Amino acid sequence: MVGPSLEARGLTKRFGRFTALDGLNLKLEGTKCVGFLGPNGAGKTTTLKLLTDMIFPTAGGTWINGTSVQEHRKRALADTGVLIETPEIYPSLTPNEALGMVADLRGVPASERKHRVETVLAEVKMSDWANQKYGRMSKGMKQRINIAAALVHDPQILILDEPSTGLDPRGVAEVRAIVRALKNSQRLIFMSSHILSEVVDVCDEVALIDRGHLLFYDTLPNVISRFGGAHASVDVQFSRPLPPDAVSRTIPGIPGVKNCQQLDARRLRIQFQGGLDAQEKLAEALVGQHLGLVSFSESESALEEVYLSQISRGD
Amino acid sequence: MATAVSDPAPHLAVPASMAQVGKLTRYQLREYLRSRRYVALSAIVLVIGAILTFVVAHFRGSIVSTSLAFYGSFWGAGADIVIVLAAVFFGGDAIAGEFQNKTGYFLMGLPLRRSTVYIGKFIAAFLASVSMMVLFLAILVLNGAYYFGTGLLPWQLGISLVLAIVYLVAVLGATFLFSSLFKTSAYGFVLTAILFLFGFSLLQDLVADLVKIEPWMIISYAESAIGQVFSASPNWGITGTAVTTTVGMGRFMVTTTTYTAGIAEAVVIMIGYFLVTAAAGLWLFEREEFS
Ligand SMILES: Nc1ncnc2c1ncn2[C@@H]1O[C@H](COP(=O)(O)OP(=O)(O)OP(=O)(O)O)[C@@H](O)[C@H]1O
Ligand SMILES: [Mg+2]
Repeated sequence: MVGPSLEARGLTKRFGRFTALDGLNLKLEGTKCVGFLGPNGAGKTTTLKLLTDMIFPTAGGTWINGTSVQEHRKRALADTGVLIETPEIYPSLTPNEALGMVADLRGVPASERKHRVETVLAEVKMSDWANQKYGRMSKGMKQRINIAAALVHDPQILILDEPSTGLDPRGVAEVRAIVRALKNSQRLIFMSSHILSEVVDVCDEVALIDRGHLLFYDTLPNVISRFGGAHASVDVQFSRPLPPDAVSRTIPGIPGVKNCQQLDARRLRIQFQGGLDAQEKLAEALVGQHLGLVSFSESESALEEVYLSQISRGD
Repeated sequence: MATAVSDPAPHLAVPASMAQVGKLTRYQLREYLRSRRYVALSAIVLVIGAILTFVVAHFRGSIVSTSLAFYGSFWGAGADIVIVLAAVFFGGDAIAGEFQNKTGYFLMGLPLRRSTVYIGKFIAAFLASVSMMVLFLAILVLNGAYYFGTGLLPWQLGISLVLAIVYLVAVLGATFLFSSLFKTSAYGFVLTAILFLFGFSLLQDLVADLVKIEPWMIISYAESAIGQVFSASPNWGITGTAVTTTVGMGRFMVTTTTYTAGIAEAVVIMIGYFLVTAAAGLWLFEREEFS
């Protein structure tokens, strides 16, 4: 049996004379988590809406598990959980009622509904609010309920548009944990995000889109080695402002260091050659210079650098 | 972190569209019944009932001379306004509100046909409106019992009730269509309220007086059938009647023609309105983008 799949073929969307998506071809297949990256206005939400029949393509089409979304929206969305554009639920409904309604409309058998609703509410840490009115909840609480609604029927495919929007830091971490757990249980997840650390943390593959064009779609390690160059990088912080001399001469002079970029008076991003071994030597050398090193961490910048370099190439 | 994620469920059997319409109707109706506007409209209907009760009690005379005259004037005066208000309250933003309040984004992610949403909301609005008619009817029947005892109600009331329900369906068809023209609730409300509270009757007069043809194409023209049933000799026919009167005003002679729809004609107009507006509204909603 072939795994779950999401596909866009020749997908073009124009709003008036503006082309938001231009002949996008993308096929995601199998059980994994794919991060969907791109600057504001790149066309991520547009793509996800076209995948769920909220808007209609100007040309091309989308398929879920091989079923045309445009021709058979009901069948295509049957096994899909969707969260796009922070939707709203009828304000007088409680989470229990709203999720019960979703489960009912999706065909979750009556005998399992209550259990499923309780399970997903627990998962998004909203059990205590199960019987409060949705209309009175905060933005982040609503988003948690929306995530629960996307999960209540235990879908095989999840389409999530910036799921951690509006959540507090704990909420962001929880969403991350939920997505990671879902990924481990044989699902295809397509998730747009601006949080690169989240993508690095939970996604196996990334697709980068800019101005309606797909720049690349590949596994995370491939992306970084293909576009990111061979340099690893660390972010370091000092207890006091660095002497200019240290930034321009001493640190770049450490063996293996390729580049040293000052982020602010007390922080640097250092690119270096080599693996863990080289990283250890670099740390020792920095400590040895008595500059007041207080923090030394691998930067998420590998993906960020790829992102920035690929996006700016188009400017 | 302990997660409760299980293995993927075997592919769920999504209910048939008919079953989904039923479910959606139920949830939507519950939403209507709990809404503030339901309470507000109930209060308005009670006020209308109270005013009519007071007027009848105050003037009595010919109004309560026969039970037919009583039901004809009380129901005839109030049913139309109750129907139109209910349709505006429950239908005016039924579709526009899905866009404005972003609840549509929630529904659209579900495996539903778009028509399922439209039809489910329509039936829910219909049932909520019927409950308003029932409230008004209860006030009417209580008054009737006071003047004429608890005997049989005139059969004309039954027919008038059926006509009122058909009229409601037609009016709701139109309000749903207007509400699918917009993505902002207020526009849907304002347009339907203006049209049904006086726009259509204004148009009806314009057509009758200026164009001088029977205004059969205006929905409000059909509404008169609801009251006509109670008259001494109703026109049950498929053609309307035209009465021309000429009045002298100084040196001018003004001729006006008053058209009255036949009851069968009114039913045809109402059903026609419903079919056309429902088809157009569905067509629009199928093509509207949630963007
Ligand atoms: N309804 C619309 N009418 C006109 N233009 C639109 C419409 N919806 C989207 N666009 C345009 O299409 C482009 C892509 O928008 P989209 O929402 O897909 O971007 P995005 O990648 O999701 O951005 P963000 O990261 O800000 O969410 C934008 O330039 C946007 O202005
Ligand atoms: Mg977006």
